[in-house]
Amino acid sequence: MSTPLVMFLVFIAITLGITYWASRRSSGSSAYFAASRRITGWQNGIAVAGDYMSAASFLGIAGIIAFQGYDGFMFSVGWLVAYLTVLLVVAEPLRNAGRYTMADVLAYRLKPRPVRAMASISTLTVSTFYMIAQMVGAGALVALLLKDSGISYRTAVVGVGVLMIVYVVFGGMLATTWVQIIKAILLMAGTLLLSILVMAHFGFSFSNFFNAIGHVTYHEKGQEVVKDFLTPGLRYKPPYGALDLISLGLALIFGTAGLPHILVRFYTVPDAKTARQSVVWAMILIGSFYIMTTFLGFGAATIVGRDFISTHGGTNMSAPLLAQALAGNIFFAFISAIAFATILAVVAGLTISATTSFAHDLWTNVIHNGVERKPGEEVLVARISAFVVGAVAITIAILLGPTANVAFLVALAFAVAASANLPVIVLSIFWKRFNTTGAVAGLAVGLLASIGLILVSPSLMAVDPPTVTGAARHLIQAKAWFPLENPGILSIPLGFLGAILGTFLSHEPSSEHKFNELLVRSNTGLGAERAGAH
Amino acid sequence: MPESIRKFETTKTEWDRIAASQQFQDLMATKKVFIIPAFLFFLVYYFALPILVGYAPAFMSTKIIGNVNLAYLFALSQFFMAWTIAFLYVKAAGDFDRLARDIIDKAEAAPGSQPNPDKGGR
Repeated sequence: MSTPLVMFLVFIAITLGITYWASRRSSGSSAYFAASRRITGWQNGIAVAGDYMSAASFLGIAGIIAFQGYDGFMFSVGWLVAYLTVLLVVAEPLRNAGRYTMADVLAYRLKPRPVRAMASISTLTVSTFYMIAQMVGAGALVALLLKDSGISYRTAVVGVGVLMIVYVVFGGMLATTWVQIIKAILLMAGTLLLSILVMAHFGFSFSNFFNAIGHVTYHEKGQEVVKDFLTPGLRYKPPYGALDLISLGLALIFGTAGLPHILVRFYTVPDAKTARQSVVWAMILIGSFYIMTTFLGFGAATIVGRDFISTHGGTNMSAPLLAQALAGNIFFAFISAIAFATILAVVAGLTISATTSFAHDLWTNVIHNGVERKPGEEVLVARISAFVVGAVAITIAILLGPTANVAFLVALAFAVAASANLPVIVLSIFWKRFNTTGAVAGLAVGLLASIGLILVSPSLMAVDPPTVTGAARHLIQAKAWFPLENPGILSIPLGFLGAILGTFLSHEPSSEHKFNELLVRSNTGLGAERAGAH
Repeated sequence: MPESIRKFETTKTEWDRIAASQQFQDLMATKKVFIIPAFLFFLVYYFALPILVGYAPAFMSTKIIGNVNLAYLFALSQFFMAWTIAFLYVKAAGDFDRLARDIIDKAEAAPGSQPNPDKGGR
């Protein structure tokens, strides 16, 4: 058995043990969906960081920096700074006024059924897109890492899918949180170790390191090129590069605070103060991690090199290959196992946010008018929907195949979160005149604008040369109608505009009357649900 | 003052009364004094980065220390900016918690009224 496989199995065994432990703890909706609200500040902070540091961060950013230098580091910056929006605007009001989902906050003032139905559609869309991207990534990665053990893409996807279903169905939020915490600690440890090894390679001299970054050599179209990888513009080129950078920034800054799998984390803590502490813990970890992408990405560019990475699995393999170059096969296996743990934990986090929204918003509150017909029904529905979500994600990931171009799905998830979710959260907390029509219009316009613009963006529309074949080809073979990869710069204003215009089209006195209740609740925590009993 | 839980939960006048109270107005004013400037500052500071990098790449490539250029240093400074604002916010939020605690205590001390957790988020 290969070393990576052994390490994967050790991680799986530990997490299944946690799931077993969690499944034997107290039952009930609050326990299942919110871990009885007894997660502490630092624990939740690590879990938030774990939910956020997906394969896209660990493997993706390292790869973008390794191939396109400084421009890749722009992702790192945005992904941390975005937490200021979470900290200053949404975390505490959400914890104070909600129970399990973001729709809880909207439903205070607005007509619950239409608002929850739309919010749930948006949540399910974001979670599913994000999850499919992770599943395809996981399958491709595991198949590549374990090819010596004879594990195929299909087996890997099914394996990841089944494990995530087991965590969510049996362990609920408590198990998902602890899987996330362990993975985040492993990821931080691995990244730190890798960074130290990169600096050791350069004799612990920053000047050696940055000088090497100034002369990165690789081959392009048969020609040897030498580039300064600290210079901006290797990825974002004229004429639209600058706008795309700003658009990306907007989607990150406003999208993070609308990501359902991040928002559900704030319901697992006892109160708003703990929610705030957990954001700060998360920011410390996430910030340290993204600063270290400097070593991972530029280290891979200078020590391993673009040429070698291109022929050994491509951009996403930059970090594992760097580990191999620096410390051999055991370390390669360790870093690969961490990447695998990362994907698994993020997929589980996404599944629980999707199933919570389905069970709590759609099933109980929309279909059955807010009444749980018998105790435990909501949790049962969530467990069943975890099976369904898992099965759908496995099927789609297998149909798409390992070479599918799925990176845009993560951008799409952020764009939908920023354009649909964030405007209605913010307006319902801060704008007295806001009403149901506005919320439904804002969610619908934000969702449709993001999806529509991505469909006609260069991510999906381009003319490929005949040498590009199969799933790697762009879906629509024509010049893109919308020139930017990220739709945020247009879709976020459209989401706000939809919400504001919708509001002015109708008049809803009850929403204005209840504004004071939400204002007091969200700012003081009066009447908020506390931690559950032992 | 509310007479019962029912009154507290069903007639919304109690929420209106709290919202209009001096204590609550103080809480909101204290929050705004910190949060609005902090939010605007971070937006301006952050978006200066993609705008400068996007529209003035040559200027941002100016080397400052050895091979380290302005673009990298400005990007790195964003991390410390975010941490600093988070640190200042946590310090300021101690005041928010105190003011909010007073409001909750007063509301809960009102005869017969205690917020019902199960109504926490319909």
